[in-house]
Amino acid sequence: MILEKLIVISDALPYILQGAGITLIIVAGAMVLGLCLGVPFALGQVYGPPLIRGAIGLYVWFFRGVPILILMFLFYFGIFDLLGLNLSPLTTTALVLGMTSAAYQSQLFRGAIQSLPQGQLKAAKALGMSRWQTVSSIVLPQALRMSIPAWSNEYSIILKDSALAYVVGALDMFTRTHFVASRTYEHLTLFMLVGALYFFITVIGVYFLARLEKKLRIPGYTA
Amino acid sequence: MDPFYTNELIPALNRGLVMSTMLIIPSAFFGLLGGILVGTFRVFGPKPIQRLFNAYTAIFRGVPLMVQLFILYYGLPNIGIYFEAYTAAVIGFILCSSAYNSEYIRGALLAIKSGQLQAASALGMSKTQALVWIIIPQAFRRALPGCGNEMIYLIKYSSLAYIVSCIELTGEARAIAAQSFRFTEAFTVVACYYLLLVSIATYLLKKVEKRLAIPGFGTK
Amino acid sequence: MTVPILFARDICVTIGSNEILKNVSLSLPKGSLKVLIGPSGAGKSTFLQTLNHLIPHDSGCLELNGKEINLNNKRELYAYRQQVGMIFQDFNLFDHLNALDNVAIALRKVKGVERQTAHNRAMQELKRVGLEDKATLYPAELSGGQKQRVAIARALAMDPTVLLLDEPTSALDPELIGEVLAVIRDLTRDGLTMVMATHQMDFARALAHEIVFMQDGEIIEQGSPEELLQEGTSSRTRDFCARLVTAIDDKR
Repeated sequence: MILEKLIVISDALPYILQGAGITLIIVAGAMVLGLCLGVPFALGQVYGPPLIRGAIGLYVWFFRGVPILILMFLFYFGIFDLLGLNLSPLTTTALVLGMTSAAYQSQLFRGAIQSLPQGQLKAAKALGMSRWQTVSSIVLPQALRMSIPAWSNEYSIILKDSALAYVVGALDMFTRTHFVASRTYEHLTLFMLVGALYFFITVIGVYFLARLEKKLRIPGYTA
Repeated sequence: MDPFYTNELIPALNRGLVMSTMLIIPSAFFGLLGGILVGTFRVFGPKPIQRLFNAYTAIFRGVPLMVQLFILYYGLPNIGIYFEAYTAAVIGFILCSSAYNSEYIRGALLAIKSGQLQAASALGMSKTQALVWIIIPQAFRRALPGCGNEMIYLIKYSSLAYIVSCIELTGEARAIAAQSFRFTEAFTVVACYYLLLVSIATYLLKKVEKRLAIPGFGTK
Repeated sequence: MTVPILFARDICVTIGSNEILKNVSLSLPKGSLKVLIGPSGAGKSTFLQTLNHLIPHDSGCLELNGKEINLNNKRELYAYRQQVGMIFQDFNLFDHLNALDNVAIALRKVKGVERQTAHNRAMQELKRVGLEDKATLYPAELSGGQKQRVAIARALAMDPTVLLLDEPTSALDPELIGEVLAVIRDLTRDGLTMVMATHQMDFARALAHEIVFMQDGEIIEQGSPEELLQEGTSSRTRDFCARLVTAIDDKR
């Protein structure tokens, strides 16, 4: 009985682990996209004109209020199709998770930017820095550093959400597990296995982000 | 107006809305209750119980909800346990949201200064009295924003019930879209339904928070 | 000899391998104010907390009005604590209740007093400490001195037979100490029985019936302020106070 399960696991494991690579690509893509969009959105929301602020606010409200599952359907079957884009399931998943993460990350950075003491901006001005110089060399380095703890949170959320790639059929860890399970009827064993894999990938990622945080820490600097 | 909306989409989505509500409300309620229970035991319980519930929380927060739902609905029949789709979804939501809520409750309990309990004892309060009248009212206020956020997440993640074939808002929208091939419209409208649900919940939570707000409390 | 109101006999407390209190005994006659002094770490605070059984003692016993308290009986313990009020160094007001409810909560929940009666009584106690106009403010909106006065009102509302004060002014800014000491002075005039740990020597000299000097978990000396602090006496207490005064002078 147990031997039987072990055989199922050992047969399925290499195939599922290849999916782990795809899962990680999705997560990395989504996090980078979230960062690249999140930073300008945060800056726009803090320093931008009212129109820009309003538009970003609307974006954030939409992506934080709609379930990711709906967003996946909306973009995969609807909007990308209307735009004539023929995107793979993998790209779609990374884009949708990235756009959602951008909404969350922008609020994270916004909070960090707004928590900087006003005195530092004055000091930068007094040194003759331009607005852009102040933002790029004073504000952002601090805000990004402050956001690292929240980032590891974002990582574990995106990793778990990446299982939704299943609904568009990207060959990630979850989808592969589902394939094997529907062939072997060993749902319980296989989904517990993939659950454990997600758990370990979360723990490992959080560990490395904690190390990154330690490495970038500035003495006496508490965020 | 396009009869597609009035005759097909909206009636279907309204049906889905009822189902979604029936998923969300019991899950939110028992998820909060479970969170309070688990969180309290993680702080005040005997050591083995603390360890057990810590493990529970770590596992349910570390594994995707989809995997949990699949185990409940497709996995457990392997060992002879069968759930209806609806039951499986609600159980999954409650278990997961209890884990997340317990984290906020635990943090709130740990944030209460030991002097509060001491002062209560010094006035002759029993442990239960101190817990009911001093500790819990304070912890609840501290945990409220976090637990409220968790409720918002629950509204959104209730869409996953569709994946275990419980037909709620998402399922109805998917069916109509597939039938009519009008994907963008169907999913935009269902997105609005969720936005509305989330906005209402956010508004209500803000109101509760405001009513319970105490000057200078929990702002540090 | 009259029976003391509160009597602590041979209290010992050991935490880990540290003997915090070594056979400390204290007898408190009705209407007396005893002041505990001594260097920090002498065990004053621990001793006060054992008197209210917030810290359990390893051996020794507590007697109230000549009757030993069975501390293992929860009922008896809670009833005992209602009679022995406690004032903390850092106030410990309940952060989620306004001043009035801070005073009223134990009346309502512990003594079972009905809400309106409890509020009236609480208002009366707030008046006694001069804070009737702050009744609706929350702890975060009060100054340190006001917080400590609310804490005193809270303890008084329970009609304690004894009040324990654990350095009630040491967490306060210098300009706020006076208002709290004034309230305590009024309590001595009203004849409330009290034990107070403090570094306010002028206050102790003027009002204490007896000064108790503690060091390393033991009572070294006790006696009236005259006996211990008179010019020309060579007591350990006097040495300690002299050093305390020089230390303060040095700081200036």
